[in-house]
Amino acid sequence: MAKTHISFNLNGRPVDVLAEPRELLIHVLREQLAHTGPHIGCETSHCGACTVDLNGRSVKSCTVLAVQAQGGNVLTVEGLATNGTLHPLQEEFMQQHGLQCGFCTPGMLVRAYRFLQENPNPSEEEIRTGMSGNICRCTGYQNIVKAVQHAAKRLQAAGGK
Amino acid sequence: MIPATFEYHAPSNLKEAIRLLGEHNSGAKILAGGHSLLPMMKLRFAAPAHLIDLNRVPELKGIREQGGMIRIGAMTTENEIIASELLRTKCPLLPEAARQIADPQVRNCGTVGGDIAHGDPGNDHPAIALATEASFVLTGPKGERTVAADGFFLGTYSTQLQADEILTEIRVPAIGKGTGWAYCKLKRKTGDFATAAAAVQLQLDGNTCKKIVIALTNVAPTALKAKDAAALLTGKTIDDKLIEQAAQKVMSICDPAEDLRGDREYKTHMAAEMTRRAIRLALERAKGK
Repeated sequence: MAKTHISFNLNGRPVDVLAEPRELLIHVLREQLAHTGPHIGCETSHCGACTVDLNGRSVKSCTVLAVQAQGGNVLTVEGLATNGTLHPLQEEFMQQHGLQCGFCTPGMLVRAYRFLQENPNPSEEEIRTGMSGNICRCTGYQNIVKAVQHAAKRLQAAGGK
Repeated sequence: MIPATFEYHAPSNLKEAIRLLGEHNSGAKILAGGHSLLPMMKLRFAAPAHLIDLNRVPELKGIREQGGMIRIGAMTTENEIIASELLRTKCPLLPEAARQIADPQVRNCGTVGGDIAHGDPGNDHPAIALATEASFVLTGPKGERTVAADGFFLGTYSTQLQADEILTEIRVPAIGKGTGWAYCKLKRKTGDFATAAAAVQLQLDGNTCKKIVIALTNVAPTALKAKDAAALLTGKTIDDKLIEQAAQKVMSICDPAEDLRGDREYKTHMAAEMTRRAIRLALERAKGK
């Protein structure tokens, strides 16, 4: 099958790849664009490890075709830090011990980033609902929720960046 | 795990989508949110030669009111349904159900039209459409036709939608005064299909139940309308005894498939329990509690 040219913005930079229509966004990100932050967990849209931001919405990139990103904006965990400074969410996942093995963390961070844009001052209940598409098998979630709460406060104090 | 090879089409308007579908006919599948179809394609349960993606057809999106009817574009996502103020006030059963579907990321992609057109008895919108007495607009090369939700679902993955038609709009009557609603869904975990679920929409006149519709998810090859149970309650003041009788009627029509969520007996009893809860909650809401 003929390959298609796919152009989109990845973490603010234009990229251009050749891929078959059947290729999934997660594979193109990892294998062609060397963005291995988004992880392949279940490949069945259950675990959320492959979560990226597509056109300002959290999606599971194992269940989106790469061609569907044509002309769009994709954000992965690699795009969260600015000039080597970690994003407050990344800082707080570290400070609050929001990770153990780290496999789910990139998906957690990118989902939490979008969630806090949608709801900058969430209750604990809202965080748990908002993060319910991401599975962690280590932490029991408590510290992930704490990390998101702390990051929300820091972001609020900094004016919601 | 990637799908088998196919040719990808991304039409920018409905006319083009219908034309493409007619051209490739039985070899084509419509891609909506993709969270049923793409997993099936990965597993080779589906291997269409052509995939027609509706995500770039803006006319299939959006929620508006026209003549007491709420019109929902088939490509409206679950999260858009949850966020809609119009639906919250005029068709509250829809956002209530949408909040219980899958998880936030999936709700960003999953669409109401895809959920209905797929014909999966585990999907939630079929029972919601039955309970709200919705109708569906099906558009094909010869124009559009409107069919009632009641009668649309023929069997598992089988509906009245023809191979050359696209489900383009869902029409839901706005609720009247004294209306109560509830969708009670038992699921094992976030993202799972219902073990059993019940949708109820009723209207009170004083304490009398003027009208009630009860519909069930995932306890038969299609969503079910529990007509006998509803008939028992219509014109009466609903009390615990009547609710129990209705729950028994519900159990008599269940025909669930045994799977990891439970055996037939368990699912049947859970359908009854979800019905009891949904009727009680709908009554409370109708009374403004």
